[in-house]
Amino acid sequence: MTVLDSPPTTAAAKIFNFPRNAWYVAAWDHEVTAKQPLARTVAGVPLALWRNSDGRAVALADACWHRLAPLSKGKLLGDEIQCPYHGLRYNSAGRCTSMPAQETINPSAVVPSYPVVERYRYVWVWVGDPDLADPDTVPDMHQMDSPDWAGDGETIYAPCNYQLILDNLMDLTHEEFVHSSSIGQDELSEAEFDVSHTDRGVTVTRWMRDIDAPPFWLKNMRDKFPGFTGKVDRWQIIHFEAPSTIRIDVGVAKAGTGAPEGDRSQGVNGFVMNTITPETARTSHYFWAFMRNYRLDSQTITTQLRQGVHGVFGEDEEMLAAQQQAIDANPDHEFYSLNIDAGGMWVRRILDRMLQAEGLPAAAAAAAK
Amino acid sequence: MAVNTQTWWQQGRVAECDDLADGVRRIVLTPDRPVHAAPGTHIDLRLDLDGHRRKRSYSVVRSEDGGRRLTLGVQLAPSSRGGSRHMHGLQAGDVVEMTGPVQSFPLGVGADRYVLVAGGIGITALVAMADTLRRRGADYTLVLAGRSRRVMAYLDHLVETHGDRVRVFVDDEDVRLDVASLVGEIADSAAAARTEMYMCGPIRLMDAIRRAWATHELPGPNLRFETFGSSGAWAAEDFVVHLPQLDRSVRVGKDSSMLDALEDAGVDVMWDCRKGECGICQVKVLDVDGRIDHRDVFLSQPQKETYASLCLCVARAARGGSGSGSADPAAVTLHLP
Repeated sequence: MTVLDSPPTTAAAKIFNFPRNAWYVAAWDHEVTAKQPLARTVAGVPLALWRNSDGRAVALADACWHRLAPLSKGKLLGDEIQCPYHGLRYNSAGRCTSMPAQETINPSAVVPSYPVVERYRYVWVWVGDPDLADPDTVPDMHQMDSPDWAGDGETIYAPCNYQLILDNLMDLTHEEFVHSSSIGQDELSEAEFDVSHTDRGVTVTRWMRDIDAPPFWLKNMRDKFPGFTGKVDRWQIIHFEAPSTIRIDVGVAKAGTGAPEGDRSQGVNGFVMNTITPETARTSHYFWAFMRNYRLDSQTITTQLRQGVHGVFGEDEEMLAAQQQAIDANPDHEFYSLNIDAGGMWVRRILDRMLQAEGLPAAAAAAAK
Repeated sequence: MAVNTQTWWQQGRVAECDDLADGVRRIVLTPDRPVHAAPGTHIDLRLDLDGHRRKRSYSVVRSEDGGRRLTLGVQLAPSSRGGSRHMHGLQAGDVVEMTGPVQSFPLGVGADRYVLVAGGIGITALVAMADTLRRRGADYTLVLAGRSRRVMAYLDHLVETHGDRVRVFVDDEDVRLDVASLVGEIADSAAAARTEMYMCGPIRLMDAIRRAWATHELPGPNLRFETFGSSGAWAAEDFVVHLPQLDRSVRVGKDSSMLDALEDAGVDVMWDCRKGECGICQVKVLDVDGRIDHRDVFLSQPQKETYASLCLCVARAARGGSGSGSADPAAVTLHLP
């Protein structure tokens, strides 16, 4: 039970601030290498990421102590990174190990090094207070590397505030309008949904019974049950975990075979894995994957699903970019909410409380670009 | 680790002050724009010393209530550059010009073992680190060395808080810190390469540890230290700087730095850190009458021994006992075109 020590804000900030004391995905595991540093900005903090010879991922602030040149443009020399400008070298703890033209090293020559955890095929970074960085609080995305699931994903560079993406995923009514050729259908806006929440999570559950499978799901059913025809029961169970991870348990089963009661054996099940990392107040890295629990050995299906979801999410990307532009073009207009926004509004309240705990306002600074 | 190296000025009010130990004042400041001071941070104060505005750095011992209360511990230095005397004169209600917390001594994360070594008033830089390591449940040892218990600030408090993790060495009880065995013990341990040492104290102690650290080939970047250039091989004395190219000689009082004295005399010199770290104010030495007490951490030991150059911000000339018979102050002749 949460005790309200300050009244929750009801207004929905349009450019939502992001908590710092949280794990965010900086990159897919394969993006971080021992060959060259990767530049990526996480929650407003520019980082240089690479791997030590022991395979451990490292995240340092992407600015040399000396004149702030970006270290990510530098070279990796063993387990050290060399600034591309004047050759200062740093170890993976961010301590300078070499300076040009002097025999000693200035004791204050340090660049910040950030806690890193590698889990679920992602490199997670904590840019807030390092003493609060508990690896046990990395959001659950276990389907990403479980032997019971197969699939793959991509990264979308989204030119919008991260909260707009969370809104998008917390309410799937938009599928009917944005994704009409693949997963949309009229029943989405007709079906009832339930919303529940905890201190760090929100769940939105929607069942659509005895309906026609939309094209995406019909194809998946036929992958598992060749030649399938007929009605299905369809589910969408959206699991949000703060600050910005959303797993959507989705699927269809032959109508009336007991899926709503827990027997999904006559259906196909996928998990849409989403985790969004704010880059700036108006840009985000959106990491997604589609994992399935049938036909695990089929690379063909993995590729088809990745390409299919790529197409679907391309439609979201276009809408989110256009929405951000419209928000910026209408600075005097506020957001209003619909009944369907309940899940998204719970997400905002949880984030708002995290921000309050850090002494940060819910609305990102107007000047932030 | 978050590193804030930005310097911005604000006003702060003295909320409380009292004695921590013989010659050590506790001063609690409430800044206008509070920012939490992470372990290892210091603040700079702009003090009015004999009509001159001088910057002095003090470690933040404790940051409370999101930085609304910052505690400093200030020792009255017998060879003070004037700063500590001024600080000891502060009263509750006084207003000071101060920076926000500046970080140049951040505590790392993820080491297997931490050894904190405080010599005398150097403990002020390490109290918050020890508290943080205790909260983290880290493996750490806090080594406290001082001349006498009477002058060792926070001694009882630290022993009470950190229990067996504290090792106390007191000169006048003949329980002296043996640097060779302290560093040797680290070198012989299984965690040698993953042990970090953080030290703050008199430069002679830190030099000895640095030498031992190098002798045992422990990883250089794991030895962390902070110095404000305020201690040397000998007590500060009055001395004279000769500048033949400018045809001038400037007297440096024991309360003043060479850089301050040259600036007061209107000599235009370049500088940056003013604490013996960056080397920008390094100048060539043409002649010395007496000895050079370098006090910086920019020049290497061999460089210091050649007397070829010095850092104006912290170096001093001294008789250093060697010429105790001579009544003349020590002198140094510098190449300052």
